[in-house]
Amino acid sequence: MLVTALYVALSRDLLAVVMVFGIYSLLSAGMFMVMGAPDVAFTEAAVGAGVSTILLIIVLSFIGRFEKPQPRQWVPLGTVLVTGITLVYGTFDLPPVGNPDNPAQQHVAPHYLTESAREIDIPNVVTAVLASYRGFDTLGEVLVVFTAGLGVWLLIGGPRREGKR
Amino acid sequence: MENQLILRVVCKFLIPVIVLFALYVQFHGEYGPGGGFQAGVILASALIVHMLVFGIEETRRIAPVPVLRWLAALGALLYGGAGVASLLLGANYLDYDVFGSNPIAGQHIGIIIIELGVGITVAATMVLLCFLFVARVRRQ
Repeated sequence: MLVTALYVALSRDLLAVVMVFGIYSLLSAGMFMVMGAPDVAFTEAAVGAGVSTILLIIVLSFIGRFEKPQPRQWVPLGTVLVTGITLVYGTFDLPPVGNPDNPAQQHVAPHYLTESAREIDIPNVVTAVLASYRGFDTLGEVLVVFTAGLGVWLLIGGPRREGKR
Repeated sequence: MENQLILRVVCKFLIPVIVLFALYVQFHGEYGPGGGFQAGVILASALIVHMLVFGIEETRRIAPVPVLRWLAALGALLYGGAGVASLLLGANYLDYDVFGSNPIAGQHIGIIIIELGVGITVAATMVLLCFLFVARVRRQ
């Protein structure tokens, strides 16, 4: 994943960048799978590696394949490095992954895990949480997807009205 | 890519399988991994593969743009409507307990309805995005 990320940052061949980005998405889908989140892995493989790669290739056929050579920009590079180092330093204070005493495991997760069989009675707890306990959040996500489509439609689609405002 | 024989034959075989898998993920999401969002993007990717191999006109024929626009709105409306229906039946917004004869059956019905709404909206929006980008690029 590190190799693909570095290649994406350094290469000037945009078509290759899009391809490698797809590979990066597929690798992270595999990582989600290893960490036991097949729902997220599905989404990442289909959206990250599939749909968004196709969208980027369509855009590339519009803007051309190669990036114009530009002088190296040191200030953005420095900003990114400082932010990255700070974030990595911040992760040292995070509790270890998978520890049952973590705050995330103590709040509502035990209720979902122990009570959803009695209250909702479907085997996939992820679906139970997303669709029922957190129904408002999922409604918001659906509306975000819908609004995104609407926004793209308004920006680049729809009937042309030339000469008429 | 319209004249690549191998691609056309393989995709003709694969696309029904992808659609079937999307339906499986949609309606089996309560038992295995998956749900409306995942099923929506898988269905959309089947249509996008169809678009890449057979050309956008063919795909527009089976999924016309106005229908997609209606479907994208219909999915969101189905989700929100489930909430309003639970309000009308005297419960809180998006509280599915009242849909069935007992709370558990109600939860099952509610979850199936809203997952269907999510799947319809996501699939229609993704395909619509691809159509719009292709149309925009073609116009230049």
